[in-house]
Amino acid sequence: MSRRLTRAEVERIAALARLELTPDEAELFTRQLGEVLDYAERLQAVDTSAAAAGWRPGAAASPLRVDEGRPSLPPDDAVANAPDPAAGPAGARFFRVPRVIG
Amino acid sequence: MTAPPDDRTATGIRAAIAGGDRSAVEVCRESLDRIAAEDPRLNAMTVVLREEALARAAEIDARRQEWSDLPLLGVPITVKDVICTRGQPTTAASRILRGFRPAYDATVVTRLRAAGAVIVGKTNCDEFAMGSSTEHSAYGPTRNPWAPDRTSGGSSGGAAAAVAARFAPVSIASDTGGSVRQPAAFCGVVGLKPTYGRVSRYGLLAFGSSLDQIGPLTLTVADAAAVLGVIAGSDPFDATSGDAPPASPAEAPCGHARGLRIGVPRRLLEAGEAGLDPEVRSAFEAALAAIGEAGAQIVDAHLPHAAYSVPAYYLVAPAEASSNLARYDGVRYGARAGTSAADGDGAADLARMYERTRHAGFGAEVKRRIMLGTYALSAGYYDAYYRKAQQVRSLIRDDYDRAFADAGIDVVATPTTPTPAFPLGDRAEDPLAMYLGDVFTVSANLTGLPAISLPAGRTAAGLPVGFQLTGRPFDEAALFRVGDVLERAAPWWRERPRDGAGGADAEAGRGGNG
Repeated sequence: MSRRLTRAEVERIAALARLELTPDEAELFTRQLGEVLDYAERLQAVDTSAAAAGWRPGAAASPLRVDEGRPSLPPDDAVANAPDPAAGPAGARFFRVPRVIG
Repeated sequence: MTAPPDDRTATGIRAAIAGGDRSAVEVCRESLDRIAAEDPRLNAMTVVLREEALARAAEIDARRQEWSDLPLLGVPITVKDVICTRGQPTTAASRILRGFRPAYDATVVTRLRAAGAVIVGKTNCDEFAMGSSTEHSAYGPTRNPWAPDRTSGGSSGGAAAAVAARFAPVSIASDTGGSVRQPAAFCGVVGLKPTYGRVSRYGLLAFGSSLDQIGPLTLTVADAAAVLGVIAGSDPFDATSGDAPPASPAEAPCGHARGLRIGVPRRLLEAGEAGLDPEVRSAFEAALAAIGEAGAQIVDAHLPHAAYSVPAYYLVAPAEASSNLARYDGVRYGARAGTSAADGDGAADLARMYERTRHAGFGAEVKRRIMLGTYALSAGYYDAYYRKAQQVRSLIRDDYDRAFADAGIDVVATPTTPTPAFPLGDRAEDPLAMYLGDVFTVSANLTGLPAISLPAGRTAAGLPVGFQLTGRPFDEAALFRVGDVLERAAPWWRERPRDGAGGADAEAGRGGNG
């Protein structure tokens, strides 16, 4: 059981992640994620004073392409997988979401 | 280039079709028939593309002479369900992508099609490639062809089972922490994770963007090299891909390992925490001895930070996953939940739709990783977890760089996994135990280095054991060269699991460790 992860923290993180959890899930994840974080504590023992901070593979190469216009995904294809597509004026098609502004 | 062409390998099938000895339609039908006969038991496939495959095979037969130099002419392949195939279901084995049909092919798919490959279906995997057992799949687990009560590994368990069960000689899959190599080891096939930047990820559903790489699972080393030759190279749609020196299949194998120095990280292997199974250890030592007999020099490799690869990986990978999976919100694709009138309205309504969609659409392991990653990136914890893990990651890469440059090591050898395939259900409720099994595979993703898993024998119970080699950046050729030596000494790939049960078929004669 972890001392560093609480049920309240799990619920706060779930809200940040836009993830609804059942009470059972929140309980289970508090325990399981606590175990993983406890295990990850061993990283604190590593001397990283001489380590590069943001290293990632391929960082040396960052080729830039020419900045020019190119065809993109046709709008009909782009919305073809939408769970709730909508048709607008002049044949335009949209992604529809629940109302955001009153 | 290595073993003589065999009519079950990709190179053998290609030669037979190009030479007019077999038709692509006949080969394709055989593949589809095997899937129809065995997949109800194994559950390796998420969708079978029967009509499309037969139509493509017929086209290849019609244009055989014109296309006879295509490197995968008429070769049946399967594609992991996290890789986009235009107009065909691509679900990442997740409920949240039920019904999704991509508007484009992944670059690897485009290249495979252009090389003459025939896609016969998509393969099962852990949801969004997160897992080591294919038990976290919305389609249910894939069974190991060698032992139906055991996992085929993960996340590419379907891909490995499909090659082992001879559905098709090639599977294309993704490897973020061992997802190609670990299932390859569990199912007794070859699995390659190329160097980061070698293969375009365009059209791969992103999991860990600094870790993800696409590679083949095959029966032989020669087939892996042939497929890499097709899928490698720069792509304007993936800025991390480049035109590195090619890993030319032709120049790699030479039948011996003289002049090569193989490094073994003894301290990592001996650590009790690695949990190395005695039978895996003895298969590893036997394979090492075979490579030594072929002329390689075996030395100790000093990789002091490799022991921290699992904790570093399980902070970095979930952090990247939590960001990448933010796109699954029920707006642009996939399933949506929580928009009934009873939910109220206003801004809270949209947030609620996101939360409910993600609750209903994601499985438990994906939720755990999103939570872990969100936590590691959140204010107050970023430095202690994510930043620290990235620093340790750079130290692990420094270890390898020193081993290659200072100690003159050409490839590092370890077992692929500490144990053979574990029983289904064994680790499903214990995420940490599942993660610890990745101790030998995650380093290659953290460092971006190329790595390959090779079949290296079987346990007394008949379970395959994998032998892993990790090489210098863009030096897949060294992996193929050593892999070829091992394959000649012990051609385990010629054994195949018996249909309908565990155990091996005697038909092909056994490979013994030499």
